[in-house]
Amino acid sequence: MLKTFPTGGVHPPENKLTAGIPIEYIPVPGKVVIPLSQHIGSPANPVVAKGDFVKTGQLIAEGKGFVSANIHSSVSGKVSKIDTAADTSGLKQTAVFIDVAGDEWIDTIDRSPDIVRDIKLSPEEIIKKCFESGIVGMGGATFPSHIKLNVPSGKKCDVLIINGVECEPYLTSDHRLMLEKGEEILIGITILMKALKVEKAMIGIENNKPDAIARMTSLASTFRGITVHPLKVKYPQGAEKQLIKALINREVPSGRLPIDVGAIVHNAGTAFAVYEAVQKNKPLIERVVTVTGKSLSKPGNYMVRIGTPLSGVLEAVGGIPGDTGKIINGGPMMGKAVSNTDAPVVKGMSGIILIPASEAPRKKINPCIRCARCVSVCPIHLEPYLLMTLAEKGMFERAEKERITDCIECGSCSFTCPAGRPLLDYIRLGKSTMIRMARQKVLK
Amino acid sequence: MSPTILITIISLSLLAFLSAVILYFVAQKFKVYEDPRIDEVQALLPAANCGGCGFAGCRNFAEAIVKSDSFEGLNCPVGGATVMGEIASVLGRTAPVYDPTVAVLKCNGSPDYRPRTSVYNGAAECRIVHSLYAGETDCSYGCIGYGDCERACTFDALHINPVTLLPEISDEKCTSCGACVKACPRNLIELRKKAKKDRKIYVACSNCDKGGPARRACKVACIGCGKCQKVCAFNAITIENNLAYIDATKCTFCRKCVEECPTNAIIEVNFPPRKPKAEAEAEAVKAQ
Amino acid sequence: MTNMLNIAPSPHAHGKDSTRKLMLDVVIALIPAFIISVFYFGIGAVIVTATSVISCLLFEYLIQKFVLKKPVSVTDGSALVTGILLAFNLPSNIPILIIVIGSFVSIAIAKMTFGGLGNNPFNPALVGRVFMLISFPVQMTTWPVPKGLGTGYLDAVTGATPLAIVKEGLANGESLSELMSQLPSPVQMFLGNMAGSMGEVSAAALLIGFTYLLIRKVITWQIPVAVAGTIAVFTGILWLANPAKNADPMFHLLAGGVLLGAIFMATDYVTSPMVPKSMFIYGAGIGIITVVIRVYGAYPEGVSFAILIMNAFVPLMNAYIKPKRFGEEVKNG
Repeated sequence: MLKTFPTGGVHPPENKLTAGIPIEYIPVPGKVVIPLSQHIGSPANPVVAKGDFVKTGQLIAEGKGFVSANIHSSVSGKVSKIDTAADTSGLKQTAVFIDVAGDEWIDTIDRSPDIVRDIKLSPEEIIKKCFESGIVGMGGATFPSHIKLNVPSGKKCDVLIINGVECEPYLTSDHRLMLEKGEEILIGITILMKALKVEKAMIGIENNKPDAIARMTSLASTFRGITVHPLKVKYPQGAEKQLIKALINREVPSGRLPIDVGAIVHNAGTAFAVYEAVQKNKPLIERVVTVTGKSLSKPGNYMVRIGTPLSGVLEAVGGIPGDTGKIINGGPMMGKAVSNTDAPVVKGMSGIILIPASEAPRKKINPCIRCARCVSVCPIHLEPYLLMTLAEKGMFERAEKERITDCIECGSCSFTCPAGRPLLDYIRLGKSTMIRMARQKVLK
Repeated sequence: MSPTILITIISLSLLAFLSAVILYFVAQKFKVYEDPRIDEVQALLPAANCGGCGFAGCRNFAEAIVKSDSFEGLNCPVGGATVMGEIASVLGRTAPVYDPTVAVLKCNGSPDYRPRTSVYNGAAECRIVHSLYAGETDCSYGCIGYGDCERACTFDALHINPVTLLPEISDEKCTSCGACVKACPRNLIELRKKAKKDRKIYVACSNCDKGGPARRACKVACIGCGKCQKVCAFNAITIENNLAYIDATKCTFCRKCVEECPTNAIIEVNFPPRKPKAEAEAEAVKAQ
Repeated sequence: MTNMLNIAPSPHAHGKDSTRKLMLDVVIALIPAFIISVFYFGIGAVIVTATSVISCLLFEYLIQKFVLKKPVSVTDGSALVTGILLAFNLPSNIPILIIVIGSFVSIAIAKMTFGGLGNNPFNPALVGRVFMLISFPVQMTTWPVPKGLGTGYLDAVTGATPLAIVKEGLANGESLSELMSQLPSPVQMFLGNMAGSMGEVSAAALLIGFTYLLIRKVITWQIPVAVAGTIAVFTGILWLANPAKNADPMFHLLAGGVLLGAIFMATDYVTSPMVPKSMFIYGAGIGIITVVIRVYGAYPEGVSFAILIMNAFVPLMNAYIKPKRFGEEVKNG
């Protein structure tokens, strides 16, 4: 009996078109645009200026404040300007523009292919190294990882959970990383265990990746304290709270964090980035991006340098198909639709999906027939039909009583609704209004 | 009359009388004293309960007026000067003086000027589009056009024009209650002082990007060039964040900035058409 | 690339269900009952069902197009389902005009006045049926006896339903064992060879429909099981207490509209509760009220009233009975 979270969840078609395609490196582009805010928290402060020559792996911006991350150059070349650039949604933020020249790396980075198993750093040094190397959550959340390695006083962590679930349809970057860089990931996990001072790590992998499960299980036998757990295929199994519930049967209380039930969760891709940072001195400058879509000529899993324009990536994989109606940054359930294809690839971009025009538009909106399917699929046991009506009518206090801020925005409700109602659109509106109102009350 | 009917009549009448007596005493015991002037003031108010005064309904506003000493911060924009004057005379105070204002939209980006670059098909509300992305055009500051303002207006004064996709505000019906101002997620609507004959001059743009990107997104964007500021003899124009703003209290409606603006971002409303330049020069020559 | 990109908030994928598909599944589940009703009641069944469906669709179309001036949505299938279910609650010899009046009440009064699909608190078909019962008591309580295709329409031979036989017989002082000889056998009742409304007679056909709905995940098991279970339990208690005066649970389940009500009427999405906990309470309430009306009330059958009464409690249940939220346990610390 495979473990899973007990209630809720949906089964979108998996469409893992690229599961069997090995990771390929995309050539370094001619220009990169590296945004200064690729993570949750305050944007980083640039430490280079126009005209400076930078090398691959060099620090170009320092994290500012408690929740922030460093940013490194992914190429070598000249900084042409520090100006605003639009992200995939057309919203602007400051970025470092670099004209690429060659590919000269800083000499502290170990570029050899040897796998280094011996962990020389102490826990405190590991945490410092993660911050210095700009490591953030690679599953898409981009939370600065070093913060999740500092267990707050008064709380205890007894298990490290590694998220190898990748429950979103289409995405396969973690899958390929586990298959091709499994040992590095396990070393990364051991590093994280050392930093957290825990003896036990559990890797959750959805059962639609039998090859990855087999590979990681056999490799994990050579490591201490790491176990691999296949999980039932159900979306959103990869959501933090659902993963913790499935693996160790503990529910993170409303409004709290996983550490409150003794668990810390890191993505498998983050573990790989930690390995590279701690064992190879390599900061986060590139990531595996699944570029996929039913009409693409060359779908695959590509290692892309941070800052490569999206248009550049799409050129390299055969160009945008003529029938494309929508481009998604991330997975189809929680990703954002792209309106600006010149936007750069950032640390949290796990996938780019090209949807044909026939599948792109939304369903027509019909009245709610109170079928209660949204209630039965919500993994947090909320009532989306009610939350949508409350948010639409502006009854935000009542929405808060109905726990609207507990919503994890997984999209299961909108996915299921037979009447095509935009449930999540309004729930998100309610959540952001509630959070804004709460913040204003605190400021008052 | 049969005994049953008699008994019924008597018992029900007694019951009714008893209830009336009890109700009377209870009403007396729990009576709340209210200043009778509150009722008088409330009767003068428009009873729209629109919240434009900042209070939750006309009754609350009436209470606030009667309880306070002055008219400081108390204005019914719907009733306007007439109603405030009547209230003042009822309470024996001097009537307050307010400038007439009207809502204006600081954006002129219709599809002719500001081309659409994507198709949005989520829930049709401006606040949802705004929280999602820059919008269906390349201007992330401009009007989204899905009518949050129209739905907020309780006076039927605001309607989205189906061709320009921008809200049009009726001078007659707008009461400056401010509901549309609160509803717009991009703060594009402003309550501006208007001149005689409902004339207005304002910068119909809210784009804070530098000139290049602003102009590329919209033909009538303000590029922050500053020519309007230089030509204004009354110091009414300030430029901040690549965007010009005309202070309505200093503006004399001379219209020089409207002519000067290279992108036609500043618009004049309800003015007579100007004489064409050649004719004006000919007249000037004749006058000499 | 030639097209402009589509932008919408996530999710960008959608399940395959739609309102129309769900309604069509309900119609398909009702087909066995329709076939049986034609088999037993002949041409009358066809006329009544057709009239009901056509009038319901027509009224919804006319009201939406000319009175409300809103986009017409008759093709979503909900009026079709209401029409069929209303017909299945009627005797097969009911005159056309009465059916039209009933359809009008169902659609115009019970559904459209509340705001159309999704907004009505009471089951429209049942409101129509109860209205017809109270306004035309004679026509609504004379039930044709099944005579196959030879049963006429308006000239059908009528007889008492099993429930009516038992109720009147007990009131006249006859004992249950005497009455049993007048009643159809359990097998006949299971197949549907008895007087009654068109849709309620055949338990077999209804159970086939129930299985279909469960497989297609159109309804969940909680409400029908709660209704039928509660009726079985309470009639069982009464029967064990006094077998001479109370019929056995199997009789109560097969006679009258329990199965039609439990499977198709009580499970109507719009008027039933949203949370499984509430569904049990709702179903139990329907069961208890039905038994009370049948045993102690004036009418021989009480399912329609029971469902309508419990419909009134559904908003209360939805407001106060909430699912246990994820992470709700820990209140402090």
